[in-house]
Amino acid sequence: MNSIDRGQLLADLRAILPDHCLIDDRESQRPFECDGLPLYRELPLLVALPETVDEVQSVLRCCHRLAVPVVARGSGTGLCAGAMPHPEGVLLGLSKLNRILDIDPDARTARVQPGVSNLAISGAAAAHGLYYGPDPSSQIACSIGGNVAENAGGVHCLKYGLTVHNLLSMELLTVEGDRTSLGGTGLDSPGYDLMALLTGSEGLLGVVTEVTVKLLPTPEVARVIMAGFDSVRAAGDAVGAVIAAGIIPAGLEMMDALAIEAADEFANAGYPRDAQALLLCELDGTEQEVEHHIAAVQSVFTQCGASSMRVSADEAERQLLWKGRKSAFPAVGRMSPDYYCMDGTIPRSQVSHVLEEIARLSQHYQLRCANVFHAGDGNLHPLIMFDAGKPEEIARAERFGADILELSVAVGGCITGEHGVGLEKLAQMPSQFGEAELHQFEEIKTAFDPALTLNPGKGIPILKRCQEYRALPARHRHG
Amino acid sequence: MADALQALVEQVAGARRAGQTLRIRGGDSKVHMIGRDCHADRDLKLAGYHGVSDYQPRELVLSARAGTRISDLQLLLAERGQTLPFDPPAFAGSATLGGTLACNINGPGRPWLGSVRDAVLGVQLINGEGELLEFGGKVMKNVAGYDISRLQAGALGTLGAITEVHLKVLPLPEYSVTLAYDCSAEAALQQMAEKARQPKPLNGACWLDGRLYLRLAGAQQAVQHTAGIWGGEQVETPLWEQLRDLTHPFFDGEQPLWRLATNIHTPAEKAGAQCIDWGGSQRWLRSLPGTIPAGSHLALFAGGDRQSEVRGELDPVQQRLQLRLKQSMDPAGMLNPGRLYSWM
Repeated sequence: MNSIDRGQLLADLRAILPDHCLIDDRESQRPFECDGLPLYRELPLLVALPETVDEVQSVLRCCHRLAVPVVARGSGTGLCAGAMPHPEGVLLGLSKLNRILDIDPDARTARVQPGVSNLAISGAAAAHGLYYGPDPSSQIACSIGGNVAENAGGVHCLKYGLTVHNLLSMELLTVEGDRTSLGGTGLDSPGYDLMALLTGSEGLLGVVTEVTVKLLPTPEVARVIMAGFDSVRAAGDAVGAVIAAGIIPAGLEMMDALAIEAADEFANAGYPRDAQALLLCELDGTEQEVEHHIAAVQSVFTQCGASSMRVSADEAERQLLWKGRKSAFPAVGRMSPDYYCMDGTIPRSQVSHVLEEIARLSQHYQLRCANVFHAGDGNLHPLIMFDAGKPEEIARAERFGADILELSVAVGGCITGEHGVGLEKLAQMPSQFGEAELHQFEEIKTAFDPALTLNPGKGIPILKRCQEYRALPARHRHG
Repeated sequence: MADALQALVEQVAGARRAGQTLRIRGGDSKVHMIGRDCHADRDLKLAGYHGVSDYQPRELVLSARAGTRISDLQLLLAERGQTLPFDPPAFAGSATLGGTLACNINGPGRPWLGSVRDAVLGVQLINGEGELLEFGGKVMKNVAGYDISRLQAGALGTLGAITEVHLKVLPLPEYSVTLAYDCSAEAALQQMAEKARQPKPLNGACWLDGRLYLRLAGAQQAVQHTAGIWGGEQVETPLWEQLRDLTHPFFDGEQPLWRLATNIHTPAEKAGAQCIDWGGSQRWLRSLPGTIPAGSHLALFAGGDRQSEVRGELDPVQQRLQLRLKQSMDPAGMLNPGRLYSWM
């Protein structure tokens, strides 16, 4: 890669974009220096904020001609430094492409631009009794384009799937700025399922400029059961017992003692403070179905030795019980100057073993760790508490995090369930994949992006071409 | 089975060295459908590489070798009250798991229960370099690396010979009822749209021979309550299995079978035999449709001329991406040459 002529780039982009869509000065670029993982920061050469798909296309063509790296960004809520800018590249912000283009209630679809927030889709669909299924915790802010890039999940994945299960079609721009459409109005499309490949590809293969998502009928009723347990093991067994009873809950979440304390302090949700583990089990469907399943799950929890149980009687109580869980991250944020959220996914049967190991590592690294867990689908979110003002503590937190990821792989799981690899987990990719698999990823990357200018240095380690792209930015920058 | 796997890897690697092409064969149940006719120097036979390698009902995860019969999986799962949610055809016991994924072939519940593409959690495959690779895994969520597992769905073996598949399975529904209504195709489409918008336990909607069929499945009280509201005639019918396995008389005969992937807004055909399935998203036709609406995809599913292309043309940009993708996994173009497209 040749050295980039910033003056040339700026002049060319000024010919494409109105002045207010280009951010040139360093101070105004600050808000774009990181995503939701502020441990990793970098300023780009330029920030481009196009307002139309044609402008996005022109920016890509320009960057391709000048061999300038492009990092696409939605709302910047990602948690793996996937949208961290490249120091020699353009940060391509898609937040201004924020129109809901069409809601089709009979086909149960929404056609939207990539900058539309996840929650706005459900908001617009609500008038038709429909909603969009995947609900990442950041859904107020996170964009659907970012959801596609990361294959975002949420608390309702076990029943309603991930982003990849809820897409019907997308418009794509290649690195060269060429347009194509993936998917269709139906469920099968000709050729390879590029939509599946693009989903979760972290902006490494193309730029998505429009998405059509599937919508679901809003359930008649949803109720949640909260149950406290005296041990993590008992709670873990209860999760397996619910599944064994033939019930697929809409959501099934677990929190450990530290997370319970933090969340309840924050949200006053009435969580059992003396419990070692708490389960929140949401059941949705028709009134008859929910009534039937509530009784069944209560019986399972009782048999599994629940020390306390509470069933939401109305919508307000359901919201309250969820409030603690949904505010668990900021709640932990109040207990510690900083926290580092991990994202390993493990077989459910390994929950208690993994949580015991995490407790041991917590002792070893002398850092507290609260555990919030999408128990239904085995996705663990340990929140490692540290002080970013102390460089040595940052290093310890990162080592602790890396150990948890490797532990997840060792028990048959993976390093990331829904947050993505980005820059953050690049070093752990070889613990999950062998050299041949990493090489295959690289071949696919170069099939779409031969010059490696789309989000370079993220997602997949590049083995054979390492001399061709710039070294990763220093791992620790805390501006 | 380790020896058998090694032998498969050797066959692919050997063919690669010799510059030979391979036709991947499972149970031969779909050899004359979905893709083009495939001609190759040698066969790579997967049917003998079978067996369930892991099944954890409490994890909702099943792993099996590619040659495992769908019928065997259904029996095993049923013993534990579970099922393959995508309800694939067993084709009288001949269909294999690997072929089911490669063809992405799914039952009548697809809009509600998903596809094998949706259920796959991981694969082991041999790429066109003769390398044994593993992607994904046995957990529900996994976003590390590209989703090469789902990419195999519908790729017809042209990106790799699938040797093992990890799947998400689900509990069998507790209770099921089929409601039937006599009506025109137009009225059926309207009903399908209206019913699918309601939060009721619907998981099948088909129109055939002047009748609309709606399948409800789930908790017994919920199904019975909804059936009471929706009316219609409650029928015992083999229709859903016949649709899945293509054994309904609609599918008989020599004339070509076309499949149109579309949505509810596409009007019913004015002439010619048709079956509307998947709540309006899939139209089975026995003659070419008059028009193909934008965003819909027509494929020659079975019969007809299988030497020419059997699916729609791709735009030049996508054709370029697909070809490069093919080359990234099978640079010599040795796996199932021409099965997907003549140029692939």
